[in-house]
Amino acid sequence: MPRDPSIQSVLIIGSGPIVIGQAAEFDYSGTQAARALREAGIEVILINSNPATIMTDPINADHIYLWPLTVDSIEKILQRHRVDAVLPTMGGQVALNLAKEAEQRGVWDRYGVQVIGVNLEAIENTEDRELFRALMEKIGVPVAPSAIARSFLEGKEIAEELGYPLVLRPSYTLGGSGAAVVHNKKELEAALARALEFSPVHEVLVEKNLLGWKEFELELLRDADDNIAIICTIENFDPMGIHTGDSITVAPAMTLSDTAFQQMRDYAFRMMRSLGHFAGGCNVQFALNPEDESIVAIEINPRVSRSSALASKATGYPIAKVAAQLAVGYSLPELKNPVTRKTSAYFEPTLDYVIVKMPYWNFEKFEGADRTLGMQMKSVGEVMAIGRSFAEALQKACQSLEKGYTGLKGKLPPFAHPQELLQRLDPPTAERLFMIREAIDRQVPLSTVQRITGIDRWFLRQIDHIIHLDRQLMRHSLDTLPPDLLRRLKRYGFSDAYIADRLRAGEDDVYALRRRQGIRRTYKTIDTCAAEFPSPTPYFYSTFEAENEVPAPGKKKRYVVLGSGPNRIGQGIEFDYCCVHAVRAIQEAGHEAVLINCNPETVSTDFDVSDRLYFEPLFWEHVREILDHEQPAGVIVQTGGQTALRLAKKLHEHGYPIAGTSFDSLDMAEDRGRFSQLLERLGIPYPRYGVATTPEAALRLAKEIGYPVLVRPSYVLGGQGMRIVIDPEELEEWILELFSRFPNNRILIDHYLHNAIEAEVDFIYDGDDLLIMGIMEHIEPAGIHSGDSHAVLPPFSLSEKVIRQIEDFTHKIAKALNIRGLGNMQFAVKDETAYVIEANPRASRSMPFIAKAYGVPFLNIGTHVMIGNKKLKDFTIRRKPLKYAIKEPVFSFDKFPGVKKELGPEMRSIGEAIRFIDDLNDPYFRELFKRRSMYLSR
Amino acid sequence: MSWLPSESAVLLLEDGTQWEGKAIGKVGTVGGELCFNTGMTGYQEVFTDPSYAGQILIMTAAHIGNYGVRFAESQSDKVQPRGVVIARFSPDYSRALAETSLEEFLIAHGVVGIADVDTRALVRHIREKGAMNAVIASGNVDLEKAHAFLSALPSMQGLALAEKVTSSEPYYMGDPQARWRVAVVDMGVKRHILHSLMREDCYLKVFPLDASYSDIMEWAPHGVLFSNGPGDPAPLQHVQHVAKACLDNGIPTMGICLGHQVIALAMGVSTYKMHIGHRGLNHPVLDLQSGKAVITSQNHGFGVSRAEVEKHPQLRPTFVNLNDDSLEGMAVEGKPVISVQFHPEAAPGPHDTRYLFHQFSELMAERHSEVK
Repeated sequence: MPRDPSIQSVLIIGSGPIVIGQAAEFDYSGTQAARALREAGIEVILINSNPATIMTDPINADHIYLWPLTVDSIEKILQRHRVDAVLPTMGGQVALNLAKEAEQRGVWDRYGVQVIGVNLEAIENTEDRELFRALMEKIGVPVAPSAIARSFLEGKEIAEELGYPLVLRPSYTLGGSGAAVVHNKKELEAALARALEFSPVHEVLVEKNLLGWKEFELELLRDADDNIAIICTIENFDPMGIHTGDSITVAPAMTLSDTAFQQMRDYAFRMMRSLGHFAGGCNVQFALNPEDESIVAIEINPRVSRSSALASKATGYPIAKVAAQLAVGYSLPELKNPVTRKTSAYFEPTLDYVIVKMPYWNFEKFEGADRTLGMQMKSVGEVMAIGRSFAEALQKACQSLEKGYTGLKGKLPPFAHPQELLQRLDPPTAERLFMIREAIDRQVPLSTVQRITGIDRWFLRQIDHIIHLDRQLMRHSLDTLPPDLLRRLKRYGFSDAYIADRLRAGEDDVYALRRRQGIRRTYKTIDTCAAEFPSPTPYFYSTFEAENEVPAPGKKKRYVVLGSGPNRIGQGIEFDYCCVHAVRAIQEAGHEAVLINCNPETVSTDFDVSDRLYFEPLFWEHVREILDHEQPAGVIVQTGGQTALRLAKKLHEHGYPIAGTSFDSLDMAEDRGRFSQLLERLGIPYPRYGVATTPEAALRLAKEIGYPVLVRPSYVLGGQGMRIVIDPEELEEWILELFSRFPNNRILIDHYLHNAIEAEVDFIYDGDDLLIMGIMEHIEPAGIHSGDSHAVLPPFSLSEKVIRQIEDFTHKIAKALNIRGLGNMQFAVKDETAYVIEANPRASRSMPFIAKAYGVPFLNIGTHVMIGNKKLKDFTIRRKPLKYAIKEPVFSFDKFPGVKKELGPEMRSIGEAIRFIDDLNDPYFRELFKRRSMYLSR
Repeated sequence: MSWLPSESAVLLLEDGTQWEGKAIGKVGTVGGELCFNTGMTGYQEVFTDPSYAGQILIMTAAHIGNYGVRFAESQSDKVQPRGVVIARFSPDYSRALAETSLEEFLIAHGVVGIADVDTRALVRHIREKGAMNAVIASGNVDLEKAHAFLSALPSMQGLALAEKVTSSEPYYMGDPQARWRVAVVDMGVKRHILHSLMREDCYLKVFPLDASYSDIMEWAPHGVLFSNGPGDPAPLQHVQHVAKACLDNGIPTMGICLGHQVIALAMGVSTYKMHIGHRGLNHPVLDLQSGKAVITSQNHGFGVSRAEVEKHPQLRPTFVNLNDDSLEGMAVEGKPVISVQFHPEAAPGPHDTRYLFHQFSELMAERHSEVK
């Protein structure tokens, strides 16, 4: 069936600020949906309060509203625009809930808006646990024994009846909020009260725990003609009991027989069809009993999700894009496979590689948080790695995490007894994978590890193989390592750095050795079809095989953009926004843009974005080999956050060209000593500071500088380990803690400007001219991390004099550092003086916000300057009229009960929203401003 | 058991290319036509499918062998391809229901394999060059002998391989009290075809492919099924005659894969050798009668000419492939015939077209009421 002609305009609802359980994946899906609908000639109207998104860029939609996600906003939009249909399946649970609320209030009916992509009446069945169970029984799909509790007492009664262990699942929540596994009566009481509280309808499903069952997810697409296809099957490495967002997951399924898989497929079809008539995507989760392969349905989500984003990147099949096309009436058989461009979009992708997704946790930011993993998602981001074997993909995933892992080897404290190690396998924690490796390495039988963890023996055996090779490696030195073994190590995903460490040699020595032996990465294409059909789509990964199928690049000039890796606190979706803009600017300049990234949630890893996409770890070895293959004219390190910037040193040392600002300047801005000397020379004020390498020196230094002081380790991100201390006792305590957490690190001690106002500036410098994108004034005083502060654009209380100082200092520093491209500078303002706190010679978190608020493509301009394609004078900057825009930090403290919510110098917010106000009398602003006075009076 | 294959092996292709890897399964030398299957599950069902008899089979999935072998899932009582080519082989497995490892299964059936091969490069190679013969030699490889072996291999075209896999004697399956009696002409039938018929309340008599029409009719079946099987349908003239007789006499007839090709030939439509064939679990097919699309399990290297079917006064296409528009099924005007190129019995693969067996039972019911 061709496109429904009655749909000429569609409203897409975004997911709002990033929180745990709802992240960048919805920027990816929203962007894809908007693009697909516009390609079909449909007018796209978009609402999302999250400014750090690509989807809210003017090129993605006809009308964009950066408004709060409320029914009132929706009504205001419907008053302005004729909207034929609303697509609420691209913005996660937030968008679905908003669409439902609007439905209940009769908004869609009143404005004659058709709801597409989902059947709102039927989704009740997916969110209300009791209805879900009844529906599954009706259609003959087994579920775990359970009952619904609407009160504490009822919950206890059900628990008695079903017996322990049990799972508690509150109805209508997101990312498993409030869900828990309980093993006894005592645990039940606390968890039940919490779960009831979490459910907006005060309702909790008490379910028999399927301990040790294996967990699988299927991603489905269905068109209006009721054609269904399974796009991807994902197997969880971690069994039932750990939220899938916190599980290591693998695609395709590794340990699933065809009989069990087809049974699941049949159930999934039945489940999707039971949700009424709709066209779109859907995610179904199953548990499988490894003993007899009986299967039960866990849940169904009738919308695109984190898993569908992962499945899209894992298979190449763009689920959100096609789901949007189906929602407006296209049928699967009439669409073409967007990857091969020749074969049908109606098929089931087949993989000839393995992907491993690993979660990224930020527990160190949440002191006192319960670090065990369970039903509730706690990770803030994820990486995906691709290899020709599970072992290779697993080790590449470890390398992608940027946590110092060179492969499957943790930095664990030495355990005296394997017994102690075993105790650390259960309950599971973020480090469990590395504990498992350690346990197997110490000859703990696989059967024991399997019994404790419930992880399938096949996966454990693969880890055993890795250890076996590691042992062989340890018997050698660089001179004795046989080429055969080296080749095998590389095929199993061992990095040069790992091998070098074992051989007591340098990473470059191992690299040189294997190049001499012709052991080089070969690049393969992700094509949805295991090479059955040719595919022109440039989506690649590396492995060690016979054939390199990626041709050497042509004559066109190329730039490689380094992505920002997994989302984490302090470095999230904003940097992906910056990378995507860098790519576009490079293409506009007539060059090819090559992108490297390993974060499956992002827009940057959509193969439609760059000329070539390498889905690879941002790990030196992988980056250097891509550069050797691509021979770029320059590498963009300014848009990928600290991840990209940190690679600059090695790029410089190995002679790869860095686009824009030179390495020496980058280093000068990062190196506190060099930077302070520069400020001194320029006569620019900055807080007194010093560097200490021992606790004793630190105490001496603090006395010199004068309390209060700001203490932090050097070279960390998002203010990790940063704290304000007021006296020597407190300093000593914190310093000792820091030295144990960050051994061999240098500690920076700054004088803390008490009660100062913080401001930051984002700018572009081209060697001659400076362009100030904007200055933001923080509401919370200096001392609260800039990422956690409310910030107002433009400043609302800084004097003319201070603003002139900020501009003047920025200009001087940009010139002295010889910046080419983007920069950010932070100031503390006290007694009418602006003190420079830090300079970041790269894109910042706030740039997307400023670009959105003024409607100016600053990142695009910055990239043109960076690659020397244009000067600032070539651009005419037209800012949209703006009164004030407020950046509002968004936290996910609800996922970490027991954690102190007090803000400080260490960043803990995960997302942000934008809010426009007309004047300072706005009640929202006044409320915030009161908070400043509160802080200042403390 | 060693956890990684240690003996070396080599794969030689007709076009002179040579691929190195490690030996798995039995050590020795085997040859046949090279083909590839893109399924991600169901290696055991694929390996025991008689349609692969005499071939060298590449599996494109990264890991093979992970969940071992469970005898109940075999589609025949042996491993059918002569050789298998695998990227990463799991000699040991994890599955509570499994009875043995794939390694032991291959050895027990004398199948020679090669692993640690860049199977993707290999698939890209034959995708360009087309299907061709190949030899796997493992252990102490004498390359000269292996080459001689390769050049002595016959071409797949014109090979009546089905004669080699058909049953030697007729046998019965199912409940004698079942509603329908179905005669199965065994050209290498997969067990799940038989199970699928039994599920439709059929009692089966499986005939060797040289059974005559009168042999079959003596049993007075309500319907006849022409099974899947290996090789070229063209030389199977005897079976084509039997099929023609079934059609002429209005007997409810079902043809699957090779059986479908035999029915086409019986109707005077020609078959052809495909460039690389269709082998996998994800082939999209459009049902021209309902307008619905289905995902099918496929395994064939020969095809039926769609143009000839369209021109034929008594034939019309019922299913077409959405990827390459090739013919996937046909109807015979006024005759109770279901004839499909894909595998409605699945095993391995999706169950989307299982309903065809039910339709077949309905054809028998209609015919039965007419005869009464």
